[in-house]
Amino acid sequence: RICVITLAEAHPLLQSGKTIKSISYQISANCSRLQNKVSGKSKRGAQFLTELAPLCRISSSDGEEYTIYSCIRGRLIEVNENILSNPSLLQQKPSTEGYIAVVLPKFEESKSITQGLLTQKEYEEVLLKRRNSSS
Amino acid sequence: MSSLTEKDRPVVQLLLNTGTCPRCILRFCCVGSQVLYRHPCEDLMKELQEFLKNNQEKEDTVCLDGVDPPCKRIRLEHTEGPDDLNHNGVFQQIPSVNDGNAAMDSSAGKVCNVCLGILQECCEADFVKKVCQKVNSADYQFTSFVFSVSLPPQLSVRERAAWLGVKQEMRNLGLSLAKDDIVQLKEAYKWIIHPQLSEELGVPADGKSLFEVSVVFAHPETDEECHFLATACPDCFKPAKNKQSVFTRMAVIKALEKIKEEDFLKHFPCPPSRPKNLCDALEIQCNNGAVFVAGRYNKYSRNLPQTPWIIDGERKLESSVEELISEHLMAEFKADSFNFSSSGREDVDVRTLGNGRPFAIELVNPRRIRFTAEEMKRLQQAINNSSDKIQVRDLQLVTRSAIGRMKEGEEEKTKTYSALIWTDRAIQREDIAFLDDIKELKLDQKTPLRVLHRRPLAVRCRIIHTMRSEYIDEHHFRLHLKTQAGTYIKEFVHGDFGRTKPNIGSLLNRTADILELDVESVDVDWPPTLDN
Repeated sequence: RICVITLAEAHPLLQSGKTIKSISYQISANCSRLQNKVSGKSKRGAQFLTELAPLCRISSSDGEEYTIYSCIRGRLIEVNENILSNPSLLQQKPSTEGYIAVVLPKFEESKSITQGLLTQKEYEEVLLKRRNSSS
Repeated sequence: MSSLTEKDRPVVQLLLNTGTCPRCILRFCCVGSQVLYRHPCEDLMKELQEFLKNNQEKEDTVCLDGVDPPCKRIRLEHTEGPDDLNHNGVFQQIPSVNDGNAAMDSSAGKVCNVCLGILQECCEADFVKKVCQKVNSADYQFTSFVFSVSLPPQLSVRERAAWLGVKQEMRNLGLSLAKDDIVQLKEAYKWIIHPQLSEELGVPADGKSLFEVSVVFAHPETDEECHFLATACPDCFKPAKNKQSVFTRMAVIKALEKIKEEDFLKHFPCPPSRPKNLCDALEIQCNNGAVFVAGRYNKYSRNLPQTPWIIDGERKLESSVEELISEHLMAEFKADSFNFSSSGREDVDVRTLGNGRPFAIELVNPRRIRFTAEEMKRLQQAINNSSDKIQVRDLQLVTRSAIGRMKEGEEEKTKTYSALIWTDRAIQREDIAFLDDIKELKLDQKTPLRVLHRRPLAVRCRIIHTMRSEYIDEHHFRLHLKTQAGTYIKEFVHGDFGRTKPNIGSLLNRTADILELDVESVDVDWPPTLDN
């Protein structure tokens, strides 16, 4: 099952007042997500991601830096290069054109991964609880 | 026997004494007259005996004339004794000339040591009847037949052994071999059995026939005779996963070509031993060559996959295009199985309108093969009556080469579509009018996310040749497009997360999505249109 990684709606970058200064796919000295190359149906050569693998780092104009994590185990198929040339996409269309990456989990893990995710409803409940506890 | 000459006498004598049947003897003497082989075995045996008698009488008279080389030979052989090895170090049954008659009697009625019965009972009337019974009960429609026979590999080994024995005998007698183009066992077998099969079945034998009758012979008693070749020529025998035995005919023949005479004679008795049993006919099978039916189909359902949709053994959607079409064909043609292919496909939720999409079905091993145009029309009607989800037209029999033309269409020809499009922000007629003027629009389409799990990641350049819009309301319009083969229409409309550029959304500066898609035409002019 193909997975598209996007910013969650409650992410600070998507709150009003934030402007994106830059986006970088250079995770470390040796690793750039831009260098990811896959070939064939089985996507050989892909960088393998674990839940905590960083996808990119985003700097906002107010000096904050955010690391976006994969959150899913699987092969990295592609990262969205459009947001490099047009960072506003990320904020204006975070769930469509502003996606971060596409990941393909292992076939055997597909079901367990899906079960580990929250539904839209469950996510909204989490947000509600968060707001209630903070207020 | 006029086909045999003086030079053949020692060969005939030797083979007869060692248990070879008359027909194999004829083969080893390179007798090429097909008719001769069809004589009954008993008659051939008598003729060979006659042939030898003439020889013997001559020898006897020569002997009476005093000390002569032939007599000396007889005496020498007697002193050597039957179990002695000759100077080549090989086991040899010494043919005793005077014992001629006794040896011939012991051969008569026994299984041949070279053909293991293939040229004996396995081509006689009873066997022919058995084969024809099988053919007739299988209920095939055919106008000719090709008869294919699979012989156990040890026959090649025995043939080689017998031939080496003949060569040796000739060397011992100081004679040179006049000919060495022995008649092949399979060929002689077909000479004998084809006319009989032809007569019983009432149709001619034809090498190009699509109807194949195949018989597999086995001789388990001697199966291990090939094994010595594996130690002598190990590289000829590689275990193949599909085959049960490593000792295939091809491998054995290869090894026999490689092995040296001396090595062969070390491991295999020459002449070959006399078997107890005949070959068995393991399998008698019939097979008809595949038949191809082509046509064009329309799909009127938005809930029908092209091929059965089964995940983990569970069927996700009822039926499929291919099943609805092939069900009737399978029943009429009485085939074992089918292979469905078409010039491209459409999604489950997409209709195929207009002239329909070309398809072809290969019917494997059909029992019935002849259908008139009338019968095809009725078949087409039956399919169309059975379902309102699909309809077929131009149903006809085609050749295998026709499939190539159909697949051409998949990649080269254009298609036209009609899409029902929704937009988030309102549109007015003026907003979409410009689409009609866009010609040869180049798209870059990354592999759509919805198929990315089973296709390689790539970028496809595709062309939208023309478009025509029909305004419906502030959030809907219909778009007719003519595109290059292989264009993903849905992705062109919604943009696929921006991975198809340009797209309707980007052209209209809105978010667009596709509600309905129909294929209006598949621009391939095959199969030929019939007046339906």
